[in-house]
Amino acid sequence: MRLLEYQAKELFAQYGIKIPKGISSKNIEQARNDAKQLGYPFVIKVQVPVGGRGKAGGIQKCHNDDEFEIKYPQLLDMSIKGEKTRAILLEKMAEYEKELYLSLFLNRSKRCYTIIASSEGGVEIESVKSQVIREVGLGDVDSQTAEEVAKQIGLQGKTIPDFVDMLQRLAKITVEKEVELAEINPVALLKDGSLLALDGKVVTDDNANFRHPEMDKYQEKTELEERAEKSGFTLVELDGNIAVVGNGAGLVMSTLDMLADNGGKPACFLDVGGGATTESVYEALTLVSKMKKVKAILVNLYGGIVKTTTVAAAFIKAYDDKLIDLPVYSRLMGSESEKSKEMLKDTRTKMFDSVEDAINGVVMEVNKRG
Amino acid sequence: MADIYELLRGKKDSDGNYQKVPVIVQGITGTFGSLHAKQMLDYGTNIAAGVTPGKGGQKFEGKIPIYNTVKEAVDATNSKVSIVFVPAKFFLSAATEALEAGIKLLVAIPEHVPIRDTMQVIELAKKKDAIIIGPNTPGVMIPGLVKIGIMPASPFKPGNIVVLSKSGTLLYEISNTLTKAGFGQSITIGIGGDPVNGTRLIDAFDMVKDDPSIEGMVIVGEIGGDAEEIVAQHIMDINFKKPIVSYIAGRRAPKEKRMGHAGAIVMGNYGSAESKISMFNMANIPVAKRPNEVAVLLAGKLEKTKD
Repeated sequence: MRLLEYQAKELFAQYGIKIPKGISSKNIEQARNDAKQLGYPFVIKVQVPVGGRGKAGGIQKCHNDDEFEIKYPQLLDMSIKGEKTRAILLEKMAEYEKELYLSLFLNRSKRCYTIIASSEGGVEIESVKSQVIREVGLGDVDSQTAEEVAKQIGLQGKTIPDFVDMLQRLAKITVEKEVELAEINPVALLKDGSLLALDGKVVTDDNANFRHPEMDKYQEKTELEERAEKSGFTLVELDGNIAVVGNGAGLVMSTLDMLADNGGKPACFLDVGGGATTESVYEALTLVSKMKKVKAILVNLYGGIVKTTTVAAAFIKAYDDKLIDLPVYSRLMGSESEKSKEMLKDTRTKMFDSVEDAINGVVMEVNKRG
Repeated sequence: MADIYELLRGKKDSDGNYQKVPVIVQGITGTFGSLHAKQMLDYGTNIAAGVTPGKGGQKFEGKIPIYNTVKEAVDATNSKVSIVFVPAKFFLSAATEALEAGIKLLVAIPEHVPIRDTMQVIELAKKKDAIIIGPNTPGVMIPGLVKIGIMPASPFKPGNIVVLSKSGTLLYEISNTLTKAGFGQSITIGIGGDPVNGTRLIDAFDMVKDDPSIEGMVIVGEIGGDAEEIVAQHIMDINFKKPIVSYIAGRRAPKEKRMGHAGAIVMGNYGSAESKISMFNMANIPVAKRPNEVAVLLAGKLEKTKD
């Protein structure tokens, strides 16, 4: 999961990485108290699980109550790249000399963790030319390596031990919490030569969640996404109005691509997984039925070990129970697909031999309904 | 590096036929393990033993002996190949046990294995000169000869095209369209949908690239990581001449969202479809827009090679 900035900073603080004084809130009543406690001036920062919020106006300075009363509600209502504000962080401003960059990152191709550090921070690291990159195996960083990195990015004097300390603490988080990315961008170099984490991004390995119950409180899944996970499939909610259902992540992604290429707008990505049963597909349809924005369902199944009739039975039950009253455009391929077609011929499910035809059909249907 | 062909099909006997290599199934008595052990047997894979702790002495399907440990199974069968069906949280111990017992090709089916566990297994495999396929892989297959995995049999047919794929269902889907178009497959390797793979795309490519019988290759990638970029660069570096076509899933997926596979996530530009497609284009590898287009593009490429 991707932690929000204030959550990442909570983790930083817990591990002894210095952060600015800040308080997070989800409503203005609480935030007014926080503002008093913090004292002007401070920055207010939108908490969303995507990058680019600075450019989108999600970070604002506040010097007095009037500014605060205007800006806080604006930020609370904000949406960045389709992600609604989850919380607002009020944070004291720091005076600093320079911004640096530091991260520990799972290098997937090299299958090891990598330190990336730079004397240029506060911008996307991809755009920075002078990067120091060091591979560090499973994520542990010894003090000698950390010191070398500090010197390579040009740090001097008391900043060097401060950097070593920060990097080693970040490495401890990486190892102990099983993260894919732990990033501080920017790291502020203060006038007294010490370092402060001005921002924080932490992405953990979801598959290791079972070893980290202490991190559950940071889980930001929607109710539907959580229900899907319990049933053993993956649901990603999207902005559009056509639910995309299939088996296997690759196949569902591919269906979503083709739908979007043809002008359709996916409402969700729903992978029922390799072990689909009539019950699990029925549960998937239950979830889809709870998404009010959905106007039609696009189904693309490649039946291998899972028989398509298993899926067809779930659709019939869903119609019988009046669970769904939506048009379904489907392409069921593979084992027992002929039998499935026969089973579904008197329902609102339209069957197609190719996914391209099913997509054309569903896009026309949704456009017709407006 | 261990030779995957030798591990999968053994050496030819005096009549020029490949021996059936013995394969161990770890987790053979579980619902999933037993279903697929049966399917592999039906395909003709030589399932020589099963392993389930506590069930040693029993028999699977009335004929295949079950052992408590991989070591016992290896001692009894001389097998170097194992397929693992244990739940994700037990994968580290099951894989470690297999590698310590002398397994040289481990096909790791479980999805949701923690990355740190996979990395530890890979470290051990390097020391033992063993190949890990997966985790979260459909498996590996030489159509017509051996199937070590969970793929259905019907999409595949023997032939001379290599298919390497991160995704399982897209492997079936695309192999099916290839088969229908008359392109059988010489070998198919599932890389798996995890961020860290025992056999990376580039490793799989290197395992098969020198096989003189292959006529072409299909690489089925998806968003996340940079395996596709790296294999594209490698193909240019070694000036590989045989026709390759590709398909990349996830072009229209939103950034920073995990699309079903643990590895299918775009972070910043890292892992984006655009980056992969532009590298494939540079390497003169056409990228299909739809799975159905792959066979057409491959036919075109093969036609050009003949000229």
